[in-house]
Amino acid sequence: MKALIALFKAMLASFRDLLPIVFVIAFFQFIVLQEPLPNILSILFGLLLVVLGLTFFIFGLNMGLFPIGESMAQAFARKGSLFWLILFAFCLGFGTTIAEPALTAVANEAAEVAAEGGVIPQTIEEMDNYANGLRVTVALSVGLAIVLGVVRILKGWPIHIMIISGYIGVVVLTWFAPETIIGIAYDSGGVTTSTITVPLVTALGIGLASSIKGRNPMVDGFGLIAFASLLPMIFVMLYGMVLS
Amino acid sequence: MISLSQFIDTFTDTVIDVIPIATIIFGFQIAVLRKPIANLHTVVLGFFYVIVGLSLFLLGLELALFPLGETMAKQLTAPEFLYSFKDDITASLGWIDYYWVYLFAFAIGFSTTIAEPSLIAVAIKANQVSGGAIRVNGLRIAVALGVAIGISLGSYRIVVGDPIHYYIMGGYVVVIIQTHFAPKLIIALAYDSGGVTTSTVTVPLVTALGLGLASQVPGRNPVIDGFGLVAFASLFPIISVMAYAQITQWLNSRASSKENDNAL
Repeated sequence: MKALIALFKAMLASFRDLLPIVFVIAFFQFIVLQEPLPNILSILFGLLLVVLGLTFFIFGLNMGLFPIGESMAQAFARKGSLFWLILFAFCLGFGTTIAEPALTAVANEAAEVAAEGGVIPQTIEEMDNYANGLRVTVALSVGLAIVLGVVRILKGWPIHIMIISGYIGVVVLTWFAPETIIGIAYDSGGVTTSTITVPLVTALGIGLASSIKGRNPMVDGFGLIAFASLLPMIFVMLYGMVLS
Repeated sequence: MISLSQFIDTFTDTVIDVIPIATIIFGFQIAVLRKPIANLHTVVLGFFYVIVGLSLFLLGLELALFPLGETMAKQLTAPEFLYSFKDDITASLGWIDYYWVYLFAFAIGFSTTIAEPSLIAVAIKANQVSGGAIRVNGLRIAVALGVAIGISLGSYRIVVGDPIHYYIMGGYVVVIIQTHFAPKLIIALAYDSGGVTTSTVTVPLVTALGLGLASQVPGRNPVIDGFGLVAFASLFPIISVMAYAQITQWLNSRASSKENDNAL
């Protein structure tokens, strides 16, 4: 009974999270576009699935992703082996990004842009090569980003200096990179971090910062995602420059 | 309405997404850390919940939200709709005629960010780590406002056709100035909030809006100008989260200085 009430409460919270979308869609559909809703039943059923899905996801987050991320971070810190921690950080970044569907979609579109702009020949094989190269580049950069972020937590380097230097890197590269790649490069920072990676990486950072003496989890624990969104921009522009 | 095969397809896709992550985690746990996982049952069940939850979530979005939102983005950017508000149909469209588009961009940016699962995750963690000083909903609303402003500004950029890098560089300058003044505790979290906003819910709708705009506005090339909205949606939350912390700090210091006055 208690579990049922907890489930009901969680579903209610998820429903509240969705209300803004429902209002926005209803407002634009009925008042601005003045059109009826196509098959209401299917929409209501879809909303029910979204509410259920969000509820399960948050339960799973607290049961699986958060505890494992933090306990592994603490285990690595106790073990004291820098090599394995760094390898783990790299694998986590690389492995979660290379399979990311949003990245695959962006890479394919980028290949189309490049083919239209005459950077690569307009054949399917060349475009596939270009898209795959881009995906590997982005995955490598996310792997390196998580490593860099982990090393920062261990060393206690100030994050703002690193991120601002990264911004300067982005600005300088924007000057030299081919124009067609710039929009894609800027976007690639945002698409790399998926719904499963974010909680895991956040828990890893906070776990590390709280098990190392002298680190504050609030100041030092966050920031891994920031590196994972910054480095891909730099790497994608470099990729565009190398290939043109 | 929905077939079992559709659910199985989405479920398999999610499982395939999770496999590399699970392999890395359990591989390192067994081969390197060589320790059994504490509460293995709960953790495995948690992973299962995450997979089921994400599959249902994506399936529901596919069924309820994406088709409608994407059609809407196309309809709102179509010339027929835009001219229906103009008295003189021979005049060409100025950037101001796209006001419904900006409003839609703002509203859809805000509402999809509120529902973004990875942002909920980060907000829960930030709340725990800060000992409750950062409220879950406060952070989420701050991020959502940032995304909303970012996407409307990004839509404006596509309409007028300005080069994207001036906007992004301008945003960087604001971030650097704010970093100097914002409370130190919020900085890492603010930088993170740029990356967490754009995933499952926001990206498909925002991409549809960008491509719709770039293909309808005369003189824009969808393959070049259609990109960039995600970049706006990742930059502006950094600014809005730091602003949220600055405003909270300012309010607190004002409240405490008032108390001092009263004591005197």
